[in-house]
Amino acid sequence: MLVPGIEIPHLCFQCEDYPCVEACPEGALSVIHQTGAVKVDVETCTACGLCITACPGKVPHLHPDGSSIVICDLCDGEPQCVKACLEGRWNALTLLPREKSISYKMLAATPKELTRKVANHILGEKTTKEVLG
Amino acid sequence: MRGYAGKFLEIDLSSRAIKEKKVPDSVLRDYIGGRGLATRILWDILGSTWESVDPLSSENMLLVLTGPLTGYFPGTKICVSGKSPQSNGVIGSTVAGEFGIDLKCAGYDGLIIRGKAEQPCYLFICDNHVEIKEASPIWGKKARETVRFLVKESLKEIKDIRPGYGEVIEPSFLYIGPSGENKARIAAVTSKYAHAAGYGGYGAVMGAKNLKALVAKGFGPLPDVYDKERTLDLVQEFLVKNFERERFRRWGTGAGGYYFGAETSSEPIRNWQEEWHQEQSYKGEEFDKYWVKKNWGDFGCPTTCLKVSVLKDGTYEGAICDNPDYELESYLGTNLGIFTPEKNIYLSYVSNELGSCGIQSGAVLGFAAELYQKGILTREDLDGIALEWGDVEAFAALAERIATRQGIGDILSEGIYRAAVKISEMKGLDVLKYAIHEKGVAIGAHGIRSGRDYVTTNPIAYACSVQAGDHTSGADLPIGHRHSELFSIMGDSAVYCFFAAMALDNRDIFNFYEAVTGWELTEEEWYQEKALRILQLQRAMLLLGGPDITWKPNLDDELPPRFWEPLPSGPDKGRSLDRTAFEKSKLEYFNAAGWNENGVPKPETLRNLGLEDVEVKLREASLIS
Repeated sequence: MLVPGIEIPHLCFQCEDYPCVEACPEGALSVIHQTGAVKVDVETCTACGLCITACPGKVPHLHPDGSSIVICDLCDGEPQCVKACLEGRWNALTLLPREKSISYKMLAATPKELTRKVANHILGEKTTKEVLG
Repeated sequence: MRGYAGKFLEIDLSSRAIKEKKVPDSVLRDYIGGRGLATRILWDILGSTWESVDPLSSENMLLVLTGPLTGYFPGTKICVSGKSPQSNGVIGSTVAGEFGIDLKCAGYDGLIIRGKAEQPCYLFICDNHVEIKEASPIWGKKARETVRFLVKESLKEIKDIRPGYGEVIEPSFLYIGPSGENKARIAAVTSKYAHAAGYGGYGAVMGAKNLKALVAKGFGPLPDVYDKERTLDLVQEFLVKNFERERFRRWGTGAGGYYFGAETSSEPIRNWQEEWHQEQSYKGEEFDKYWVKKNWGDFGCPTTCLKVSVLKDGTYEGAICDNPDYELESYLGTNLGIFTPEKNIYLSYVSNELGSCGIQSGAVLGFAAELYQKGILTREDLDGIALEWGDVEAFAALAERIATRQGIGDILSEGIYRAAVKISEMKGLDVLKYAIHEKGVAIGAHGIRSGRDYVTTNPIAYACSVQAGDHTSGADLPIGHRHSELFSIMGDSAVYCFFAAMALDNRDIFNFYEAVTGWELTEEEWYQEKALRILQLQRAMLLLGGPDITWKPNLDDELPPRFWEPLPSGPDKGRSLDRTAFEKSKLEYFNAAGWNENGVPKPETLRNLGLEDVEVKLREASLIS
């Protein structure tokens, strides 16, 4: 919790140019054509972390066992997080079709950037500044 | 063993020794975790010398325990316990937040903290990396600065432990403010910004140990459950049942500030001088205007009773707090003659920043204000503060003095009962009659005189509770049912949020326990044996008490004098409690709990429950002849 009430999921936005896929020296990352999601081949992945550096939102992270990278693969088009969110009626996550006219890369941000942006909007600048320093 | 991580961490702050500890399955089956297990551990280690253990000494222990349901049940809590500096007994005080989940994901069911650190410190846990770290940069700091420091330092540390991991979600933490550092008995253990384990005063226990905070990060996963499919099915079922209770999700308890005053005449007003009001300015809708986030829950919570309030302009611009919930609306509002949401939000924020429990500090502030109203405490006594009802600046100033023990604050920081004793001595007259407390613990904001508050359906709720003033653990008859203390013990021991369980049947909870642990437990077995055993231990330790105060059985199982006066206003004007009915209920309760006519556990009750050593101890203390 960086700011109370502003806990935002920090997920892959599927940038149009896929800098993570580009950055992978092992060719372990690929794009799933149907959904646009990034797929990690856990056998090939060496957990070098170059994809994290390349990602504008620093979204990829290591699996807790340290063996490979984890990136959201949109659960083959049926994201379970969206399902859970709707089932619990929090209604915060919605599945939208991919629109060519949107620049998804521009949405990518680190958790801190995202939190600050939303907090500024919701809490006001003064409180956000006092909370985040 | 399923649902448990299987080990606890025992930390001695004096010798800086950290070791893992296992608890046998048989003990876990009987005491479950949280409040129940804390009671058992305290009895085993401190029981023989209980009366001489000063809660604010290095001898006392701080227990931070999860339960088997923590992390799986949709509504998460952690239980903080130890010898209470308020009641001198054991109180299982729960606080929401993800600390319990992180702890379990790190591989521990709980923390058993002993001794006292030489220098201010905080405990840092990241999986099997456990470290006692220096806290001098944040010693004396208020909530926001403390949290900022902990987030920054811990993330740095986690990055060192897991280099190349990527962005890490910040850990969970429990911490104290200046109030706890100064060993004010009204100090809470706080999580996030305003979630607090207030009952018991364990913030002061942390302060006495020079322990500023606990930080936990677990990369998981949670321990395996016994029946994963059934557990998931039950979670689904609970979600559906919970969101059908739309009102609670919409308002949380934030509409109570008006409701309990206007509708049930059971809200503390000006130190309980009245319990009825009809201030339209205090309706839920008026608070709603300040809620910048209307549904805020901790991990997996379907109820989201929390709201985030922010003051975006005006004198108190920048103030942030959650809700305030009903308890704070009343204790830091109506109880101080404040009927303006803005001022209530500000005072809640001040209290959160200081790390003071809203209930305990609101009670002592109201008490002081009544003494000022009656001319017993003068402006001079109060270090120049004119403590007029409704003057939020005056109350904020006094709250600050209490948390830092300056001037009159030094006396008031002792909590409502101890402060009343001191002021009585100081002034040479009895002010105890204005102290609304139950065995040293300020009472929850649910009055009993009107008989219409659903939290306190029986007038013995506080008087017979082993957690004294705790409104979430009231006594009721029959002894084994949903609103009885024995059911509260289940919530605090399995450690889940009872707000997220309000829509569920009793059976649901026991089913869930079985699905997670694979251990059979019937409701009857719980009421007739296991919960009863925990109740005996808590009662015994409450009566043994000491060293500064020892409660007299029966005589102190009494209501504050004010509660015997008729209600002075509202639709219930003139209504008062019936002494005969009260005494009858009390006796009936003692009997049902297996206690004698004075409320002391009977030898045969203790023997039946395998608590022979408690019998010996109670005999030594001349509680049973």
